[in-house]
Amino acid sequence: MEGQLAHIGAGLAAIGSGAAAIGVGNVAGNFLAGALRNPSAAASQTATLFIGIAFAEALGIFSFLVALLLMFAV
Amino acid sequence: MASEAQGAEEGGLVFHPMDQFIIKPLFGGDHIGLFTITNATLWMALAVVAVVALMVIGTRRRAIVPSRGQSIGELAYGFVYKMVEDVAGKDAIKFFPYIMTLFLFIVMANFLGLIPMSFTTTSHFAVTVVLALLVFVTVTVVGFVKNGAGFLGLFWVSSAPLPLRPILAIIEVISYFVRPVSHSIRLAGNVMAGHAVIKVFAGFAAIAVVSPVSVVAITAMYGLEVLVAFIQAYVFTILTCVYLKDALHPSH
Repeated sequence: MEGQLAHIGAGLAAIGSGAAAIGVGNVAGNFLAGALRNPSAAASQTATLFIGIAFAEALGIFSFLVALLLMFAV
Repeated sequence: MASEAQGAEEGGLVFHPMDQFIIKPLFGGDHIGLFTITNATLWMALAVVAVVALMVIGTRRRAIVPSRGQSIGELAYGFVYKMVEDVAGKDAIKFFPYIMTLFLFIVMANFLGLIPMSFTTTSHFAVTVVLALLVFVTVTVVGFVKNGAGFLGLFWVSSAPLPLRPILAIIEVISYFVRPVSHSIRLAGNVMAGHAVIKVFAGFAAIAVVSPVSVVAITAMYGLEVLVAFIQAYVFTILTCVYLKDALHPSH
């Protein structure tokens, strides 16, 4: 029974990955919107883009980690 | 974890998608001690050999018209140099050899892991945690050596209103100590998840009806993984530069 509950928990933790996907999409979409308005400034901001994506993604990775722990460690 | 025998009985996957990450000793035996040579050791050594081949042997001739190997070596050097200069600042250039080493090792380990039947060392938390902890310790030591107690100013947001600062300080301290966790798990998690997804699609290829779809999906995922292999190495390196900038100029 407890193992099954852990699997349900892992599935719930996967919601976090979807939330991180929304965040990453927000970052990339806003970057594109800005880049199309001022293409000459876009190249200098790609580093910022990737840092932003990395930070948004970090929390999704945490939920992935929680899912892994529930699947294999509990 | 569902047992393999049970999966076979129910007509599920023939192999477990996480089987590719099992560490095995290369020269027989089951026991893995501190100095046992495993497949992880082999592929990490191969990554180092690949870096040496690219940067030492590839650029040995120093031709004015570069060969293909020399072009890639020069491109990688210029790419990382510019990244350190732009993100971490001019005075961080003395850390360039360290950051270059990190970038090349991770990118080579990621790309070698994409060879079919190979072993991906960066998919293991044990590998990336060591890399990230080394960055964390380096950055903290550099921060205190360079700025003394002034490094603690990183946690005291002087631009915020005074009543808010203690609360922000707590949040800043937590986020500082979560850095090595997110830094390492981002790399290992992305690489591991990508490889596991490929293996899951590979398992579907055994079912005749969906196998064409599965083969197309594997090809598409593989293309994505090549991109991810580079981008994750880039993200790891650029975050190292960001942390280094914080250590060198801790004021907000």
